[in-house]
Amino acid sequence: MAGTAVRGRLSWQVASVGAVAEETSTVRTIELVVPDWAGHRAGQHLDVRLTADDGYSAERSYSIASAPGEPVAITVERLDDGEVSPYLTEELRPGDELELRGPIGGYFVWDGEETAPLQLVAGGSGVVPLRSILRYRDRLGSAVPIRLLYSARSLDDVIYRTELDEYDREVEVSYTLTRRQPPGWRGRAGRVDKAMLADVAWPAERQPLTFVCGPTPFVETVAAGLVDLGYPAGQVKTERFGATGEPTGGR
Amino acid sequence: MDALDGNAIGGLLCDVFGADMTTAVGTCASCGSAGPVAETVVYLQAPGTVVRCRACGNMLMVFVRKSGMTCVDLQGLATLAGPVG
Repeated sequence: MAGTAVRGRLSWQVASVGAVAEETSTVRTIELVVPDWAGHRAGQHLDVRLTADDGYSAERSYSIASAPGEPVAITVERLDDGEVSPYLTEELRPGDELELRGPIGGYFVWDGEETAPLQLVAGGSGVVPLRSILRYRDRLGSAVPIRLLYSARSLDDVIYRTELDEYDREVEVSYTLTRRQPPGWRGRAGRVDKAMLADVAWPAERQPLTFVCGPTPFVETVAAGLVDLGYPAGQVKTERFGATGEPTGGR
Repeated sequence: MDALDGNAIGGLLCDVFGADMTTAVGTCASCGSAGPVAETVVYLQAPGTVVRCRACGNMLMVFVRKSGMTCVDLQGLATLAGPVG
């Protein structure tokens, strides 16, 4: 690497893969052993870099799935046309090494200091940074009430389902399934719209802190819907990922 | 490919500025609207990384990496107020 660029404090380091857990048929959570980890905040992400034998390298950002204080973990969804995610979800084994840098981002984070209720809205794997926030609330023993609206294609595509179903009434989890609902499904169906948000999200008077993460069109719809319902735009924090789920620098 | 937002370039900005810049507030030189860098519109798939104003679409910043260097164009910003690196 040429060294003429201004050096930030964020440097690439080699991490090794710890435990790997399958979340759905296309999604897995990868624990990472990072020797020099500064500690992260709930909602942050990290960058992963893979380099091929010919020197070609690809970088992707992944949200950190674990709470501050827990071992670093990322949850990765396999994309059939992806360059990086098929390797991470299919070939990577415990003990393997990969390059990463992080933690990154100071905007889409929750530090547990605010007492306002939390409104979380996830589209697909957008649930990953929100799971870090949920787990961090548990670790803090915080009583902040949370509502999570989670949109997935089908019940089988719901990530962390067992964990999410264990929450008590302080954390209200609503699912909406957009493509397929199992027989007898009592949750919601269809895409998130303003009417659904009016139904399941905190009323604006509660002045919730809001985190919305998902594919770009999902985030735009949800953020606009919440602002229509009276949420101040400055209280709605958003994080978007590409329709393919992988921001890509091209081939 | 959809546009992303400023969260996606947190690492790149940290490289360039030496500090997290996603919470820094940028003011658009074209329309005058101000907001956190995290809320800007970001295109990663261009030959460089292009950052646009969410209000008016004006190009705020362009980053091009070449031969280990990052070339930075901030002409579209009137101000960028961030943490001291």
